[in-house]
Amino acid sequence: MDISPERQREMLRLMQTIRRFEERASADYVAGDIYGTVHCYIGEEAVAVGVCSALEQEDQIISTHRGHGHCIAKGADIDRMMAELYGRETGYCKGKGGSMHIADFSIGMLGANGIVAGGISIITGAGLAAQLEGKGRVAVSFFGDGASGAGPFHESLNIAAAWKLPMIYVCENNLWAVNTPASSSLSVPDVATRAAGYGIPGMVVDGNDIFAVHRATREAAARARAGEGPSLIECKTYRYRRHTERPTQVDIRPAEEIDAWLQKDPIERLVRHLKSQQGQLTDEEWERMDREILERVNLAVDYARASAFPDPSRATDDVFAA
Amino acid sequence: MRQISYADAGMEALIEEMGRDATTFHLSTDAPPPLVERFGESRVRGTPIAEGALTGMAIGAAGSGFRPIIDWRMVTFSFVAMDQVVNQASKIHYMFGGQARFPILYRCTVGGGVRMAAQHSQSPYSMFMNLAGLKMILPSTPRDTKGLLKSAIRDDNPVISFESTRLLTLVGEVPEEEYTIPLGVAEVKREGSDVTIIALAWLVHEALAAAEILEAEGISAEVIDPRTLVPMDTDTLRASVRKTGRLIIADEAGPTCSAAAEISALVTEDPATFRALKASVRRVCALQVPIPYSPTLEDHVFPDRNKIAAAAREVMAES
Ligand SMILES: Cc1ncc(C[n+]2csc(CCOP(=O)(O)OP(=O)(O)O)c2C)c(N)n1
Ligand SMILES: [Mg+2]
Repeated sequence: MDISPERQREMLRLMQTIRRFEERASADYVAGDIYGTVHCYIGEEAVAVGVCSALEQEDQIISTHRGHGHCIAKGADIDRMMAELYGRETGYCKGKGGSMHIADFSIGMLGANGIVAGGISIITGAGLAAQLEGKGRVAVSFFGDGASGAGPFHESLNIAAAWKLPMIYVCENNLWAVNTPASSSLSVPDVATRAAGYGIPGMVVDGNDIFAVHRATREAAARARAGEGPSLIECKTYRYRRHTERPTQVDIRPAEEIDAWLQKDPIERLVRHLKSQQGQLTDEEWERMDREILERVNLAVDYARASAFPDPSRATDDVFAA
Repeated sequence: MRQISYADAGMEALIEEMGRDATTFHLSTDAPPPLVERFGESRVRGTPIAEGALTGMAIGAAGSGFRPIIDWRMVTFSFVAMDQVVNQASKIHYMFGGQARFPILYRCTVGGGVRMAAQHSQSPYSMFMNLAGLKMILPSTPRDTKGLLKSAIRDDNPVISFESTRLLTLVGEVPEEEYTIPLGVAEVKREGSDVTIIALAWLVHEALAAAEILEAEGISAEVIDPRTLVPMDTDTLRASVRKTGRLIIADEAGPTCSAAAEISALVTEDPATFRALKASVRRVCALQVPIPYSPTLEDHVFPDRNKIAAAAREVMAES
């Protein structure tokens, strides 16, 4: 695969940034500095980074309730992300959104979303805009296995296929929707099978293999840019943590299943690959990279803590555009 | 009397009614373990995330002789099912000339205060009240939750149960013996003579706290919980206002086209009650905004005991 070693190290850095950011977000949530709820993406980092590394800056994505990874992979500023989690006025949404609602329209990140499948039709509208504009932009929808049983998925795929919209639908099949196994809620083993019903390509990829995800996205993006319409990419992956970081969150997933997936860690896999390539990553370089990332996350927390809470009077701002 | 939580009281109601009536069944995206244990995976199903389909399926099953219970979880998720609620469930009995009955319970939580931001902090009952053909309960105590849910399950119409997120862990007295609380009967929670405070769900508790504050200032507040939004016990509400001459309505929804607005109209359009008024009617509601995440913003947006007490002082000052 023709990804330069620097590019691969950059992909590694982004994956590890997602992981360290969320480890910190989880700890600070449990400590009471972050409110409401936090859904961690840890374990699934190769999907967001594999997809976004195959996109152009102008391409647009939409996320889910589990959105930190998509934000970071698309290039969001972790200072403003952490400030949003901390509910501060310097956060991406001025403290109005929190973990489940981070967006950065300036980098084509159209928002995390608290409604399962809620983003799929919105990003399909961005795909329509891209088609109308005709500049070759593509739009990417991230969603879970749980979302693939909801109406917006099916309605959007049908329209996108019928109109040949420049769309990539990326299903993050982490095998569970809260405590419902995908095997009990999906009518077919692979979500990708459903592509056939809409006459579009459907691919199953190993979602913990960043190169496989990247390659599939590149193909789909080329197809979309060529006016050939949407693709559905199903990434088989796994979340390491419970559905949310809430201490009372019940997790019924079998310990053996979790252990088996921990052995397929997407970050370790890329590290192993880079180390096996002569001169691409040494132990010391990897340790240094991780240290830098941890320091960067600390700076984001410092930034959040140094920022003010929004003044209560701001509550009535932005109900309407001025 | 024994004490259990608001959430457990709701579960008890379901367990008792599902045990009583074999035509009941339960659908939700996460099947409650206490129900699965007792009634099995056929009657208690964990479902795909497809609230629109579940909401519609309840209508079809109800029209075919069953008594479905659908737990939307949060009212947030009912919105993806709005077509089935608005175009189908609320109208089907009437539109087909009363041919079939549609006994359905739709359950969901409402309200904010838990830093979950706009999509997960909503109190939209008045959107549903605006439809004809749906009954609605909004309990404020564990006892009412159980009693009202039991009546809702036995009712032959679609009933929506709005249950307050803030109250789920509230513990209170719940009789061990069988009881129900009829739909459409308000409860006077505290008697008073100067001002009537009609409060909904969590605000019932804030209104009672406000009444304590006011009592220390020599103001006697009467607190009433309607408990059921449709049908509304208008007589009890009017009688109180005829006695006190002053009315405050407290709710955590925004004021526009709200349950509070409807209560204000129902109470004041009665000539005898209108003539008894000594002051303007006040709504103490959330600000008319989507609910923000940050604590400084969210706390500012919601009403509380202090805002209720302040409104009471104002109406007292009017006359
Ligand atoms: C319409 C709707 N129904 C229910 C929920 C509650 N909920 C939040 S996340 C979730 C599970 C989503 O599963 P999946 O799509 O597989 O994403 P994952 O959490 O596994 O990343 C559910 C049921 C919701 N947010 N929206
Ligand atoms: Mg999932």
